Amino acid sequence: MSGFRTLLYKETLRFWKVSFQTVGAPVLTSVLYLMIFGHVLEGRLQPFDGVSYTGFLIPGLVMMSVLQNAFANSSSSLIQSKITGNIVFVLLPPISWFEFFSAYVVASVLRGVVVGTGVWLVSLGFASTGVAHPLWALAFVVLGAGLLATLGVIAGIWADKFDQLAAFQNFLIMPLTMLSGVFYSIHSLPPVWQKVSHLNPFFFMIDGFRFGIFGQSDASPWLSLAIVASALLALVAISLAMLRSGYKLRG
Amino acid sequence: MSPSDVPAIEVRQATKRFGSLQALGGVDLEIRQGEFFALLGPNGAGKTTLISALAGLQRLSSGSIRVMGHDVVSDYRAARRALGVVPQELVFDPFFSVRELLRIQSGYFGLRRNDDWVDELLVSLDLASKADTNMRALSGGMKRRVLVAQALVHRPPVIVLDEPTAGVDVELRQTLWQFIRRLNADGHTIVLTTHYLEEAEELCTRIAMLKAGRIVALDSTAGILRRVSQRVLRVRVEAAAALPLALAGLGAELEADLIRVPFETHDQIEGLLGRVREAGLRVQEVEISRPDLEQAFIEIMQGAGA
Ligand SMILES: Nc1ncnc2c1ncn2[C@@H]1O[C@H](COP(=O)(O)OP(=O)(O)OP(=O)(O)O)[C@@H](O)[C@H]1O
Ligand SMILES: [Mg+2]
Repeated sequence: MSGFRTLLYKETLRFWKVSFQTVGAPVLTSVLYLMIFGHVLEGRLQPFDGVSYTGFLIPGLVMMSVLQNAFANSSSSLIQSKITGNIVFVLLPPISWFEFFSAYVVASVLRGVVVGTGVWLVSLGFASTGVAHPLWALAFVVLGAGLLATLGVIAGIWADKFDQLAAFQNFLIMPLTMLSGVFYSIHSLPPVWQKVSHLNPFFFMIDGFRFGIFGQSDASPWLSLAIVASALLALVAISLAMLRSGYKLRG
Repeated sequence: MSPSDVPAIEVRQATKRFGSLQALGGVDLEIRQGEFFALLGPNGAGKTTLISALAGLQRLSSGSIRVMGHDVVSDYRAARRALGVVPQELVFDPFFSVRELLRIQSGYFGLRRNDDWVDELLVSLDLASKADTNMRALSGGMKRRVLVAQALVHRPPVIVLDEPTAGVDVELRQTLWQFIRRLNADGHTIVLTTHYLEEAEELCTRIAMLKAGRIVALDSTAGILRRVSQRVLRVRVEAAAALPLALAGLGAELEADLIRVPFETHDQIEGLLGRVREAGLRVQEVEISRPDLEQAFIEIMQGAGA
């Protein structure tokens, strides 16, 4: 397994060496959201009883950063390696497709967690939320990050060009995160849109994480857990099948 | 079969199609352990495709390849451990320094304490002073030497170099070949592709020539050179105003005081020199051009048909 360990180390070092962009920038973005939305909407919206709007927003932003960065890490690392050609250094050694998959996913989950932690630490300067159920919170962070990291592996392998990856990000990841209830409770939506939101796995990741933080949520945490875990398993199966077949990586 | 009888590389009926293009059209090839082998052929002949299949970077459409007896698909771990490949493209990872990259590459092969060998590689490839330099800051030739070092971190018994000297200056080319020769003397099997045919002629003991995905010649270097039918006799004479008629008919040419006559077998030489003398010219110097690999390459490629 030392091929796995080295690849994990390399993937972690890769984002850590440029942490200004890979960690600092997303933390700043979230802080901006927190300042602007918190300021504009504070007092106008109170989705959960006993929770201020800024307090409500924080777990959403933390989870959004976790998810987006987990996706960005695996997908951009893979496409860069493919386009520059240095992916051969990973393809030539005796590293199995499972080790390959695990290393990219674990490194991406790490980046998601590091950025999420950064956002959470900074948010303490705005409002303190406490953590009602730490295990639930952690479960949703890890599963959600794993899901997006896996999706990033799929997108990174599938895309041949940076703009294909950008399309994936702009037309799939962004809308799904923005419409997942980061900024509002879906109970404030008209019934039709509440139904539509229930088709969005991102909603369950963020709602489940909020349950971990506040002990209250729009959906049952067990339902969220089941949906997130099934989506994760499905994507893992797809990406392992792609890797095993050598799709796009071993022509 | 004792381990040293296992071929270093064994290619069986290898075909590879890219859509309608047949990049490899049924290649059979066996390279013994310890050989210094050249894979030659024009651009697009399929050399890199064959090497990619060997390295598991591409899958064959049909056929099989073994490295040191290990199938590159079903027994890929052992096959890849036995193989070091220097890719043709100048690829590098811009995030790391030379030493970091070599350590990481060692780790991929499960080697966690490899610093002594890494240092030796850095010295042998004249990279010691660049060990802590970021890859981005290296010149093209230096990057190529790092590629060689990366291919050798796990001391593979079989080393494949896809045009390792493209873009490398004369001095470094010498350093590189000296090093590769030493590896070969230590028992490593070397396979190289190059478009510098004098390099292949000087270094390699056996040659395969590939054209449009098929092997059109496979022989020892001496055997390939013997196939060159055309030789040239060069005769320096004292003052010749014109080419003697008796020679002009044989395709000879005159340039200042030098007559060049093509011939095919050595028993023609006496007769040719006789004709020079009969024309009243005094012979000063005679030289028979050694057939070279370039000539052989051209003849074999032409002979192999379109
Ligand atoms: N990924 C690919 N997709 C489609 N065609 C390819 C691919 N790789 C190679 N080919 C084609 O296969 C043929 C063989 O290419 P290959 O790279 O093996 O040649 P080569 O002998 O290495 O040439 P060179 O001396 O220029 O490096 C060429 O016609 C090339 O265009
Ligand atoms: Mg090539």
